[in-house]
Amino acid sequence: MTEPQIPAQRGAPPLLEVRDLHVRFPVRRNLLGRTTMENHAVTGVDLALRPGETLALVGESGCGKTTLGRTIVGAQKATSGSVLFDGADLTAMNGRERAPYRRQIRMVFQDPFSSLNPRFTLRQIIGDPLVATGEARGSELEDRIAEMMRRVGLSPDYMDRYPHAFSGGQRQRVNIARALIVGPRLVVADEPVSALDVSVRAQILNLLRELQGEYGLTYLFISHDLSVVENLADRVAVMYFGRIVELADTADLYERPRHPYTEALMSAVPIPDPALRGRGGRILLPDELPDPTDPPPGCAFARRCRHAEEGRCDTGAIALERGPDSDAGHAVRCVRHEELDLQGIVGAES
Amino acid sequence: MSMKSAPVNDPEGVAPATGGEERRTRASQRTLVWWAFKKHRLALVSAWLLAGMLIVIALCEFVAPFGDRHRDSEYTTAPPQVLKLWDTDGPDGFQWGLHVDGYTSEQDPRSLRITYEPDPADRVEVGLFVKGEEYELFGLIPMDRHLIGPKDMDDPMYLFGTTTDGQDLLSQLVYATRVSASVGIIGVLVAFLLGIVLGAVSGYFGGVTDNAVQRVIELIMSVPSIPLWLGLAAALPPDMGPVARYFIITTILALVAWTGLAREVRGRFLALRSEEFVTSARLDGSSHGRIMFRHMLPSFSSHVIAALSLSIPGMILAETALSWLGMGLRAPAVSWGVQLQDASKWSVLSGAPWLLIPGLCVVLVVLAFNFVGDGLRDAADPYKH
Repeated sequence: MTEPQIPAQRGAPPLLEVRDLHVRFPVRRNLLGRTTMENHAVTGVDLALRPGETLALVGESGCGKTTLGRTIVGAQKATSGSVLFDGADLTAMNGRERAPYRRQIRMVFQDPFSSLNPRFTLRQIIGDPLVATGEARGSELEDRIAEMMRRVGLSPDYMDRYPHAFSGGQRQRVNIARALIVGPRLVVADEPVSALDVSVRAQILNLLRELQGEYGLTYLFISHDLSVVENLADRVAVMYFGRIVELADTADLYERPRHPYTEALMSAVPIPDPALRGRGGRILLPDELPDPTDPPPGCAFARRCRHAEEGRCDTGAIALERGPDSDAGHAVRCVRHEELDLQGIVGAES
Repeated sequence: MSMKSAPVNDPEGVAPATGGEERRTRASQRTLVWWAFKKHRLALVSAWLLAGMLIVIALCEFVAPFGDRHRDSEYTTAPPQVLKLWDTDGPDGFQWGLHVDGYTSEQDPRSLRITYEPDPADRVEVGLFVKGEEYELFGLIPMDRHLIGPKDMDDPMYLFGTTTDGQDLLSQLVYATRVSASVGIIGVLVAFLLGIVLGAVSGYFGGVTDNAVQRVIELIMSVPSIPLWLGLAAALPPDMGPVARYFIITTILALVAWTGLAREVRGRFLALRSEEFVTSARLDGSSHGRIMFRHMLPSFSSHVIAALSLSIPGMILAETALSWLGMGLRAPAVSWGVQLQDASKWSVLSGAPWLLIPGLCVVLVVLAFNFVGDGLRDAADPYKH
């Protein structure tokens, strides 16, 4: 890509920091209204986003990545732990204290259909954050909407049309415009392209990248698809069963995954050139996810892992460890990570 | 990924739509509903009928030939007259002119009952915009013109006949329409205000709030409505003025009627609550009130309007039933129910079937509201095909 991009600043203090975040949903209550059964959606996640970087959050559906994203933007309450934005703890704030942060952290939704109010015109949808907070009205409002529409590649002529007149890709542009119109610093993009045709995907991804350079945005990019993430993300966090199991620079992770789950995800990425297809082949995972209301001891992945060892993997809590000193930025949650030699996507495309 | 080869700045242009498609893309929700509604013939006709009724309600004093206190003891239980445009057997042979035949009366020597027969020889001149009793239009403008009436205001002109008290049934019916229909409409509006607000709050916030509201609704719904109305109406002091009674009765009906709508609205809010556009409205910084009534309610406003017109008939029927039973409005107030009290005795009805005309009116208006409601309900979702 040729457009200017603000490089992720390694040494800078993190823009967003997630500390030991837990989100649990009550599943069953007893007569007294006490929760007797809970669904552990997010279990002790630690994460830091540097200003200007793109961190991809990857995992299969149900792993808690969307819940994590929603907790960061404030659409979901955290059970415990904290989310710090610019050093301020968002989870400790009430609605009013949090209000100024809503414009700094914005979300792009996954479903371009249900995320746009069918009864609103594009003008109303895109301008809503400005109207709701009383920030702009009249011609200023109109100008800002038109400007934003142009930035995301929509003609302002379509301002008074309803979403039903637009395609999925165009609707996603509307979504992006609405997220960016208040000038956020962090954008949580929850699978922004997974509902789109492959041909449209690249356009939206390119648009996101352009806008990142233009506005100096920091992205938390949630996806279940490693192939989408590869060209966009600076770092990738792999999530499994509510926990982060591996976190590394993108190139590093793709080249040398250290967690067997990451390896399994990698094996699912199609490689167009047969000559580059590695020795591994597709790794099919047996069994389904463990019961989220009753997490197993030890590694949550152990039951599906072909490298699991009895007595080592299924007891005690396993910490997210720094990798060997060769790559200090690489963290992994696996007791056997030093013994295993796992297969990445070497040279698949770079 | 083929991302690098993809055009970077392709606005993915919307092909400018042409003709009908262009109209559809720019049409607002309201316009789309109207287009769909127009296709429903019966509903459209009913809508015109109701529009006519609204005009009659508004211009009640002007439309009625006589005032609501008018009473002609000379003609009690007189049959309807036929409005005629010309006259062939008058003194001068054929003659143009709007008129009705006057009455001749005959007293039965045994029962002493007086019966009236139209008398072609007695010509009563009828005119449009004639001078009649004085009134104030909208309570403001003093007038004495009536849409139709006898040219001499002391002549009898009873197009729908008279009641047992000698009141003009047509005039009474016009005034009763105002009372009954407005009880229905105002009552439903009050009920809807309650229903929408409580239903919205219940469905949107859920949890304890929802539980509390739903239990209250179940409590109200579990009480049979007729005894409840009767009980509440019987508690009213008998010496209450007709206007106060009118408002209290309306309120009683509304307090019982809001529950159904509240349930419906709650269900819609529950379903919409998890839509992402609601989450995004919250993240946009909208207040709860703004989300509920600006973002969510419009999604089904046409359904609400349909439900509204479907519940007006229930309200009208309730008022009619209550008044007919003598627990609702009472004379001198006139409503359809009060009028039908007259027709509740077979001995009276057998001699004066025209006293059932108010019942016909109830049926017509109730059907019209139902058809309009059906039409609206079908048109309510213009996006389904």
